[in-house]
Amino acid sequence: MAVNTDAIGKTYPAAVYAVGREKIREYASAVGEHNPVHLDPDAARRVGFADVVAPPMFAVVYSNAAILPGLFDPDLGIDFAHMVHGSQEFRWGPLVVAGDEITTTATVKDVSERGGMGFYVFETDSRNQNGDTVCVGTWTNIVRTG
Amino acid sequence: MSAVKTGDTFELTVTPDRYLTVRYAGASGDFNPIHIDEEFAQQVGLPGRILHGLWTMAQVARAHSEALGGPDKLERLSVQFRGMGVMEQEIVVSGTVREVDGDRAVVASEATQNGKRIIRNGEAVVRL
Repeated sequence: MAVNTDAIGKTYPAAVYAVGREKIREYASAVGEHNPVHLDPDAARRVGFADVVAPPMFAVVYSNAAILPGLFDPDLGIDFAHMVHGSQEFRWGPLVVAGDEITTTATVKDVSERGGMGFYVFETDSRNQNGDTVCVGTWTNIVRTG
Repeated sequence: MSAVKTGDTFELTVTPDRYLTVRYAGASGDFNPIHIDEEFAQQVGLPGRILHGLWTMAQVARAHSEALGGPDKLERLSVQFRGMGVMEQEIVVSGTVREVDGDRAVVASEATQNGKRIIRNGEAVVRL
């Protein structure tokens, strides 16, 4: 398959996500996180957080709106019918808590072809309202030959 | 967690119930029909609805947090997804401390279901 590498380096508009207490609870419950710091504001405050703490993998929630324009970008032309999520990396900074506002920017880090498969690598950079980087994600999607 | 040392291992087992992918779709915002629509999944050649890879990765992350002392311990986690995970079958996440260097540890992990690795080459850096 031919891949279009022209979009490497392309950055999409930032997406802002307001982190809510109930969304953290909903996410924590769906992934089986039962640590009270994720569910109970009092438990979170007792250990020094302003409100319930997002599990680290909550990064997928606040990054979601930033990553979608890349997946649907005609410049990349990703063939969804043959796309699989190949690998994922997250690097975390300070924990995210309810009340934070997270701004995420997504960039096309690499597009390549190996063994007849297309590799589309996106990087997301997420910062809180203080400008701290709370998460950098590297998302690798693989498109198999149709 | 100063007691963490090279060679330490931990394990987490979890069995996703029949409607897990529906709850996770709502919680995560990933409504890809291969996870929530049985007919659609079969039409595209899958045996049926499959788990979200990022839900399974969240089980790997949770295994680290529970074994090593909380959500603030995880500094980095990378995984490769392989095959597909399904509902109502037990998943086993296993981790092994590969290296301890000062206040950081490197942990290797994988997740298996029915003897198949659905996450492999998991590697984490954990704050001690």
